[in-house]
Amino acid sequence: MTFLDSVTPTAGSTPSGTAPLTTTLGKALTAGLRRAMQDDDRVVLLGEDVGALGGVFRITEGLQSEFGTQRVVDTPLAESAIIGTAIGLAIRGYRPVCEIQFDGFIYPAFDQIVSQLAKMRARSGGRVTLPVVIRVPVGGGIGAVEHHSESNEAYFAHTAGLRVVSCADPGDAYRLIRAAIASDDPVIFYEPKRRYWDKGAVDLDAAPASLDRARVLRHGRDVTLVAHGPTVKTALAAAEAAAEDGFSVGVVDLRTLSPLDMDTLKQCAQTTGRMVVVHEASTFLGIGAEIAAAITEACFHMLEAPLLRVGSYNLPYPPAKVEDDFLPGVDRVLDAIDRALKF
Amino acid sequence: MSLARRLDHEALALQRQGELGLWLPCWGQEAAQVGSVSALQDTDYVFPSYREHAAALVRGISPTELLTQWRGATHAGWDPKNYNFHFYSLVLGTQTLHATGYAMGAVLDGGDQVVAAYFGDGAASQGDVSEAFNWAAAQNLPVLFFCQNNQWAISTPTSLQYRTPVHERAAGFGVRSFYVDGNDALAVHAVTTEAADIVRRGEGPALVEAVTFRMAGHSTSDDPTKYRAPEELAAWEAKDPVKRLRTLLEATARTRRGSPPSRRRSKSSDWRCDAPAGPSKPPSSTISSIRRTRIRTAS
Repeated sequence: MTFLDSVTPTAGSTPSGTAPLTTTLGKALTAGLRRAMQDDDRVVLLGEDVGALGGVFRITEGLQSEFGTQRVVDTPLAESAIIGTAIGLAIRGYRPVCEIQFDGFIYPAFDQIVSQLAKMRARSGGRVTLPVVIRVPVGGGIGAVEHHSESNEAYFAHTAGLRVVSCADPGDAYRLIRAAIASDDPVIFYEPKRRYWDKGAVDLDAAPASLDRARVLRHGRDVTLVAHGPTVKTALAAAEAAAEDGFSVGVVDLRTLSPLDMDTLKQCAQTTGRMVVVHEASTFLGIGAEIAAAITEACFHMLEAPLLRVGSYNLPYPPAKVEDDFLPGVDRVLDAIDRALKF
Repeated sequence: MSLARRLDHEALALQRQGELGLWLPCWGQEAAQVGSVSALQDTDYVFPSYREHAAALVRGISPTELLTQWRGATHAGWDPKNYNFHFYSLVLGTQTLHATGYAMGAVLDGGDQVVAAYFGDGAASQGDVSEAFNWAAAQNLPVLFFCQNNQWAISTPTSLQYRTPVHERAAGFGVRSFYVDGNDALAVHAVTTEAADIVRRGEGPALVEAVTFRMAGHSTSDDPTKYRAPEELAAWEAKDPVKRLRTLLEATARTRRGSPPSRRRSKSSDWRCDAPAGPSKPPSSTISSIRRTRIRTAS
């Protein structure tokens, strides 16, 4: 069993694999893909170098040898074709899971995603569903070259007909990838590449997650931090630091960027009266801007301060040597918490 | 072919009366479409572009189903599974990749199904079409590419579109190709039958380029007199595929003169009645589960 070979059982776990295991986010995704392929032989994987190599991040490692070259397909280097053929496979009745090698390589497939994948269910009056998952390693922080560190979730969240999911930790990544594959709607599935090697508990028997619900990871009374993907860890660290200064700061992991779980966000905004949204993407017309507008419309009289956004700057992603100054870190989040509290 | 020609006339009239928002006539391309689709088996799956009305009629899709989309009541007038004929693709060339992926599924499922992708000389300039040629060849997939070269991409002639003809280009991708007079229904049928046999035998994808002519405008909004010389149209009218086939059939005495027109007239009056009676609003099922979720969570 390849998965058990690649993970470290937590203390006290049994060899049966039913107890939670400690493993990386990357390996949790591998386990989720394997489980989905075992459960449903209509699940097929497509992507550049996903076969023998296991993908450039090794997320599909071992799956081709286990499930064969027809279910784990090394494709030509053509992103529009990866999505276009996945649409054809889905029309045929398969559940394709595509890997786009890096966030910045998804743009050649933009038309197939936005004009075809997102719209076909509505076009067909519900007669044709396209259960396609597009996995995208996303964001910066790994010292990569140009076009390998983008945060482009707003393009797809803006497109009706797509679900957009962003995973943050190993246990939830395992549950979310299985839910994404089980969904009859197309899903853009973001994987935070600088968190691929972070370890956490994974319950292999956990049910697939909801694709409609955010997670409250930490309850707070003074300020709510809203984050997704790679910035969830940043937000948790900032909340911990604020606690040392005597402030009670909650953290919400959005998990799903489309649809947004407005119920959970409204509850948190009403509880704390102050909210700060943290994401790697530019704040200009980003997910944070939408949340700020929607919460202001829904909870205006409950707010103690305007919603603040912490993100990167409205600039092309910089060379790796300066990305630490570009990405929103704990200090910028703490600064926003201070500004919200002082308003 | 006569039915498709008549449908084009009726749809033009309905558009001019305000009953249709738009119509894209296949006038002049009937032999290419009927000759090719009738060479396929009913179980073969077809991914059309948006002008394949004659092919759709052969597959049993009704004129009313075809007109509904252009009336603005739906984006797709029929259930593809009922006819093994997908609904129209309006972004050119995208459907060639859908056909390629569908063919991957056909291989996984076993059997000898052929998946046909219809497109035109203009769409052949799209990257998706080149990607589909390459992918289908690399994976040896059962895709039959059918290119109707109707000489014009709206107002841009093939001379401005490419240097290498589509059937020659296919060879560079490893796709077997055929070149046929698209206004000769029997020739198209014979060539497509041969190409489909190659694909069905598992010998990889094949392409047929059928040379034809779009005798009307690109759409009911177009004015071909602004870019096309009357002599060109006259030259192709002399090669009208419906007239050619009729001449052949009459010469071989396999049809009774006079009966097809009267049948056409009775059908076209049905379409005139059906089209305005069709739905004027989309059905509620067009709203996906995502939208329903949003409504629920936003309340």
